[in-house]
Amino acid sequence: MIVSSTNIATRLESAIGSSRVVTDAAIRAAYAVDEIIPSVVAKPSSPEEAAEVVRLAAQENLALIPTGARTKLQIGRPPTRYDIALDLTALNQIVHYDPSDLTLSAEAGTPIEKLNATLLEHRQFLPLLVSWYSRSTIGGTIASGIDSPLRQFYGTARDFLIGAEFVDGTGKLCKSGGRVVKNVTGYDLHKLLIGSLGTLAVITRLNFRTFPSVIAGSRGFVASFSNAQGALALRHAILQSPLTPLTLDILNPGLAQVFSQSAPATPEASAFSGEARNTNHASLPPIGDWFHPSEWQLCAAFAGTPEVLVRYTRALTRFAEESRATATAFLDDATRPAVWGRLRETLSMLLESSPATVIFKISVLPSHHAALFASLPQIADRNALPHALVARADGTIYFTLLPACIDQINAARVAFAAIQVRNAVCDPRDRANPRRGHASLLFAPPDWKRVVTVPDGGEGFAIDLWGRPPLNLPLMRRLKSAFDPQNIFAPGRL
Amino acid sequence: MNSGLVREFEKLLGPSSVLHRPEDLLLYEYDGSVEKGRPNLVVFPTTTEDVSRVVKLAAKYNLPIVGRGAGTGLSGGALARTGGVMLVFARMNRILELDAENQRAIVQPGVVNYELTRAAEPHGLYFAPDPSSWKSCTIGGNVAENAGGPHTLAYGVTTNHVTALELVLPDGEIVRVGSTQGDAPGYDLTGLFVGSEGTLALVTEITVKLSRKPEAVKTLLGIFDSVDDAAETVVDITARAITPSACEMLDGWTLRAVEDYIHAGFPMDSAAVLLIEVEGLTETVAAQAAAITEVCNAHHAREVRLARDDAERDLLWKGRKNAFGALGRLAPSNYVLDGVIPRSKLPQALRRIRQIGDQFGFQIGNIFHAGDGNLHPIVLFDRRDKQQFERALQAAAEIIRYCVEVGGALTGEHGVGMEKSELMPLLFSDADFDLMRRVHDAFNPDSALNPGKIFPLSKGCGEIRVRKPSGPTSVVTPSGNHK
Repeated sequence: MIVSSTNIATRLESAIGSSRVVTDAAIRAAYAVDEIIPSVVAKPSSPEEAAEVVRLAAQENLALIPTGARTKLQIGRPPTRYDIALDLTALNQIVHYDPSDLTLSAEAGTPIEKLNATLLEHRQFLPLLVSWYSRSTIGGTIASGIDSPLRQFYGTARDFLIGAEFVDGTGKLCKSGGRVVKNVTGYDLHKLLIGSLGTLAVITRLNFRTFPSVIAGSRGFVASFSNAQGALALRHAILQSPLTPLTLDILNPGLAQVFSQSAPATPEASAFSGEARNTNHASLPPIGDWFHPSEWQLCAAFAGTPEVLVRYTRALTRFAEESRATATAFLDDATRPAVWGRLRETLSMLLESSPATVIFKISVLPSHHAALFASLPQIADRNALPHALVARADGTIYFTLLPACIDQINAARVAFAAIQVRNAVCDPRDRANPRRGHASLLFAPPDWKRVVTVPDGGEGFAIDLWGRPPLNLPLMRRLKSAFDPQNIFAPGRL
Repeated sequence: MNSGLVREFEKLLGPSSVLHRPEDLLLYEYDGSVEKGRPNLVVFPTTTEDVSRVVKLAAKYNLPIVGRGAGTGLSGGALARTGGVMLVFARMNRILELDAENQRAIVQPGVVNYELTRAAEPHGLYFAPDPSSWKSCTIGGNVAENAGGPHTLAYGVTTNHVTALELVLPDGEIVRVGSTQGDAPGYDLTGLFVGSEGTLALVTEITVKLSRKPEAVKTLLGIFDSVDDAAETVVDITARAITPSACEMLDGWTLRAVEDYIHAGFPMDSAAVLLIEVEGLTETVAAQAAAITEVCNAHHAREVRLARDDAERDLLWKGRKNAFGALGRLAPSNYVLDGVIPRSKLPQALRRIRQIGDQFGFQIGNIFHAGDGNLHPIVLFDRRDKQQFERALQAAAEIIRYCVEVGGALTGEHGVGMEKSELMPLLFSDADFDLMRRVHDAFNPDSALNPGKIFPLSKGCGEIRVRKPSGPTSVVTPSGNHK
């Protein structure tokens, strides 16, 4: 069905008021997803209005993409259709906060920073310190499925999201879970929203359990190594010990260079630094000379009483010596933000460092890291592409290719590299093995996600998001049609 | 059940893997709840392929299918509410892989919870979810119900420790969801299936995270002369953001019954005790134990004891974990409830439970996971007294209603099952049910799997679409609930 944009706008205006509907071309362009521009932007002021917009979209069979701060809309496949941008930033209230129960409910468009500022008044926080932190909304963060270095200690959103309210594809407001920390009443539908890229429902409210903030004396630790083995040996020693660091990441020299060269324009998250946010503080402080950008680095954060800090310092120093670190540094309140702000902003910094950044999210068991730390750099070198890598101790690797520009040669290089990355992560003969890992394409220039023409005469092909369909794609399709029977939510993105 | 049908199942699995005589089936008509439901046939698969074949054969004869682990569930989740074929996973009880380096184990659903921890112990690891029934309950059952336990306060419930599943769908298809590491592309199907109470698929293999055993553990026993003081202590510990690994409360009436039986060392004349555990680095544990002692004292604790050694600690936990058994000595039947409230509402909730007990004429004991607001009021009654049984159910419903009123939920860890399906509308709207039903139908369109669970039967026309086996249990009506 073809409906003219004026027609949609008029219908939307009568549903939620003319001040909440925008058709101006310049504004619409800012809502583009992979260069596809919606016909209209609707900005509801209540969950009911959001439901109203969805009902209208369902009636007219219009494709709708929910948006927050629009920092991560480039994750996923290009949408096949996109008529309405549903801007949720006007839904930005913290609707419930019981500090003595450590639970909080916030509307989807609430900025994470606002949420953490409220929590910090009660010395609590939400351990979602993600890239684009100072701009991100909580709804967008959940829908994008993006993780934070703090997952080492706190887990991912699925471990502390305790309930949600959302609009399903029929335009009805639904909920799952609740506001209590332990709850098995009904299906855990809210977990499905994490990483769903707006394809299942329009999130209107999210409920979390919150955590004591890690302000009290948190410390950083950086150890440098001439090779990856040393960093892995140190990580192994830490993981086998009784220590439970808050973050535990290994950076390759490529990423260390990006860290030392750029200064993201966002200060360290206040919830982590323990300092009130300094608005004059335009960018992170430069990294100190204790950071050796030509080496592999292991970065850890830890917190506790003075006795606990002493224990960590002693143990980490000893482990670092045993694993032959070339240098170590302990970071305090003054020096820590330089590293921790950059660790949090890794993805945003990498995207800013090249117009053609390609980031893979690789999920493997940690024991596979040694092999991948050898093969991934080789793949990048073979295809003449600069690269950067960060590996979390839970197994997650963000592997980044940094071509200098978007052109045909780089497209082909990246396309070849993508195949090689996938084969390195999971032997193609072993695809049915459930123990295998996955390499998903998290970010890539939109054109490359559509089709890449190989110059030597091969057939054009897209650098696909998943490399191949996940084993249980049919189950996911069934779920998608349960939530969104008409396929109006972000069609094609997942 | 007709003998031709029985023979078909026997041909499939062997005669020693099929039970069909009424006297055998009797053992499978109950679980740890107050509900009943008898299957027409009980089968014991040994492989995933067995499960798939059983499911296909059941489909051919339009028989409902119910999975069951050890039958320790407390909400009727593993009961054949509408008869049919019960798959008991007792013979699928192998630990398939234990990967100490990556802290993962792959297990069959019939592995007993405690057995996994025992197998992991030599590596300094353990499986964190520890329901009170951990020495008999199975991990398959834990997954179905998303089971909790005392130590979930710090470490999370079953779903936080499951990364991948192998499943058999109602049409017999075998699928795998999730990944060993945990992050899998696409929707979090593992997160949906864990806790779906056997209504979406049968779980045939489970990949779990194993946790590292902490360096130090301290177990404290806070002794109080009033329930209110004990409850206020819990509120204060939570509010001060001290995170013990467990924070359990036993009220005086309950602890006296336990003490008579187990001699755990609970003081007989106290009004309530808090069993609190802190774990972690030696330095962390010392600081936390001191902070907790301070909070207990600020709320007029008569005494705060520190378990001197492992033996004393084990005894205290034995008292806690076997409490329900101890109460079994006091009355022919007991009904363990399961509700959740915001933790800040604990003192008033305990007062309200007392009122409800008075109103319905029961002494209601409380022994529960205070730290995460997960109440377990326990009602003692005589099931043979029909009126008393009805009153017990009414009192239970009243308590759960109260939990919802103060912002809580129907169940924290036992599941909805058939126990609470009729209470679901207290929390969920028609739109919520419509969506849950569509998700249910996406996997289990004919309600072949575990029919009559989670969803209220009394909605709509009063009958739910279920496969109708031959025999007296073919129609399910709301009033059929407790017959």
